[in-house]
Amino acid sequence: MSATPDLAMPNTRPTPRRRQGVNFEKNSWIFMRASGLILVILVLGHLFIMNILDGGVQRINFAFVAGRWSSPFWQFWDLTMLWLAMLHGTNGLRVIIGDYAKSGKTRFWLRGILYTASAATILLGTLVIFTFDPNLS
Amino acid sequence: MASTGTLYRGGVSMWSWVAHRITGVAVLFFLYVHVLDTALIRVSPDAYDTIIASYKTPLVNLMEVGLVGAVLFHALNGLRVMAVDFWERGPRLQKQMLWVIVGIWLLVMVPGTFYMMKHTIESLFGAA
Repeated sequence: MSATPDLAMPNTRPTPRRRQGVNFEKNSWIFMRASGLILVILVLGHLFIMNILDGGVQRINFAFVAGRWSSPFWQFWDLTMLWLAMLHGTNGLRVIIGDYAKSGKTRFWLRGILYTASAATILLGTLVIFTFDPNLS
Repeated sequence: MASTGTLYRGGVSMWSWVAHRITGVAVLFFLYVHVLDTALIRVSPDAYDTIIASYKTPLVNLMEVGLVGAVLFHALNGLRVMAVDFWERGPRLQKQMLWVIVGIWLLVMVPGTFYMMKHTIESLFGAA
């Protein structure tokens, strides 16, 4: 055998390695943009209605919220906004922790606290929207 | 500034990136608080009305203006980031787009601040 490659042979060098399975960071990059686009409408709409329209925050009370949540439209709006905003914010802070926490241990604990707080908040918010009782006294 | 072909190294473009991170983290921390205060609506009407009353005080009302300003910047700059990512002319126009969003921000925040704080201004200084 000479050192000259046999041109008739197929190229047996391994192709550049590509990670198998889903690319989490790429999906996270796409999610930030997709959710951000929807949140621009949901959150700015929410802030405009709650803080600027009709006297803003001064008119908000139990009865006001009861009136809004009697409509499935606003329930769905608030539920979607809760989930997307929490996931968007949690993922953003996950990236920031990755940028600034130097040791793997610090990163692990900071992210653990973050995920715990966010999961509890999403769960609580969802529960409140679904179990709201307008006749509560 | 020397043209290095780098988008966000130094100058106002880098600071827009810094501001995006700071406003994002601030809004997330407010969200935790906001879901908790809204959860009081499941406890009793009184509990909810009491916590919401604190949102109507002059100091917290001012902080709401800060919150809306932070969210609005984050939203507008997020749209700019997407334009840089997906629009072919985006990277070249990123700095002009920054001035556009700063302009829109001011245009919304000046009247927005007035309407958000109308009641507070009247309660502190009397109706005009």
